[in-house]
Amino acid sequence: MTNSIYSCMKCGTCTGACPSGRVVAFRTRKIVEDHCNGEIDLGDESLWYCTTCYNCMERCPRHIDITDDILGLREQAYRAGKALSPHLKVLGYLHKTGHAVPINEKVADKRASLGLSRLPPTTHSYEDALEEVRRILEGEGVSGE
Amino acid sequence: MSKTFSFFLGCLIPNRFPELEKASRFVCDALDIGLEEMEGASCCPAPGVIKSFDKTLWYKVAGRNLSLAAAQGNDILVLCNGCYGTLKDVSMVLREDEGKLGMVRDSLSTIGRTLPYVPDVVHIVEHLCFDYGFEEIRKRVTSPLSANVAVHYGCHLLKPARYRGFTSFEDPTFFDELVETTGARSVPYLEKNSCCGAGGAVRSGLKDLSLDIARKKAASIKGADCIVTPCPFCHMQLMEVSEIPVIYITQLLGLALGGTPEDVGMEGPL
Ligand code: SF4
Ligand code: SF4
Repeated sequence: MTNSIYSCMKCGTCTGACPSGRVVAFRTRKIVEDHCNGEIDLGDESLWYCTTCYNCMERCPRHIDITDDILGLREQAYRAGKALSPHLKVLGYLHKTGHAVPINEKVADKRASLGLSRLPPTTHSYEDALEEVRRILEGEGVSGE
Repeated sequence: MSKTFSFFLGCLIPNRFPELEKASRFVCDALDIGLEEMEGASCCPAPGVIKSFDKTLWYKVAGRNLSLAAAQGNDILVLCNGCYGTLKDVSMVLREDEGKLGMVRDSLSTIGRTLPYVPDVVHIVEHLCFDYGFEEIRKRVTSPLSANVAVHYGCHLLKPARYRGFTSFEDPTFFDELVETTGARSVPYLEKNSCCGAGGAVRSGLKDLSLDIARKKAASIKGADCIVTPCPFCHMQLMEVSEIPVIYITQLLGLALGGTPEDVGMEGPL
């Protein structure tokens, strides 16, 4: 069972469970409250402080899907053109290679020295497979630019 | 042969840590677990960035990877908590949400692929603990180890719990038991169940914050010879902050199953 963010009772369990909140000023409970009040700033970098560990969501006594809610806010931020540039770069790699983390020469050599195929049998080895992935991405408006 | 899986490599294992791929192939071979290559598989796609940006895209690219395994008639074996977080969660959603399943099938039809059924997605640790079984592994251990190990579970092996269900996430023990089949001992530490800080696109976007989270975790480890991980992303993260070696589960198992350091992609013995 899942409840809406408006059922939050401000207990702070989420904030107490948060690995990011222990090292920076990031308060999960405040995100929920700001979202209820329509006061989320989509350009605020702290939306990207969540590691998606799910501790808050698992422990929330009101059964609010907090992590999923934060992911929803990030999606809005992305659509509003407020994604962080390193993340856009990852999306670019996915379009270019089919991998968020593509291979490089050094690792290809290492693979060979370990007795593995120089390139893995993924989109790195199959151009038509990469084309399929690109078609899906382009269908969602990702051009790789 | 006990069971054959479609073998999902992901990104970090083949493209950054091929030694972990080698160790995993060695262990599956030693345990008679069949692996069929998923030719043309892509990134799962990465739950941090892609799930944050666009869930529709996340479902569709994951759906394509699922369709490759369905064409082989297998379940999928993954080596990474991130790949598990994507492929397992998507598989569970597609089973309970016909609308999303229809959307994924429509998308696949535009690239000439189909998803006749939704394959099961299994993490290698999950398979070894809950299907293969500790007893069977113990029978095959020929070189018992004596190391003290700090076990790291990571987050997405256990959560979201609604899509896992094999254990409680608060104080799990199955991975410790797996590690101990090798003869090694799992030692307790304060931050054992804490996040490594890499996930959710934090490492790729905000590396300092991400490493601060990892440092807190690593600093609480006492009396261990090494950290053992079930995930190349946690692995990479902990390697950067740990004073003791970080070893992937199939490297540890591989040594106990009689492998040489070379067989499991290690430079020397434990
Ligand atoms: S744990 Fe749940 S109920 Fe408590 S403050 Fe956080 S969101 Fe609100
Ligand atoms: S899921 Fe995100 S907000 Fe929730 S506890 Fe983990 S890091 Fe904090």
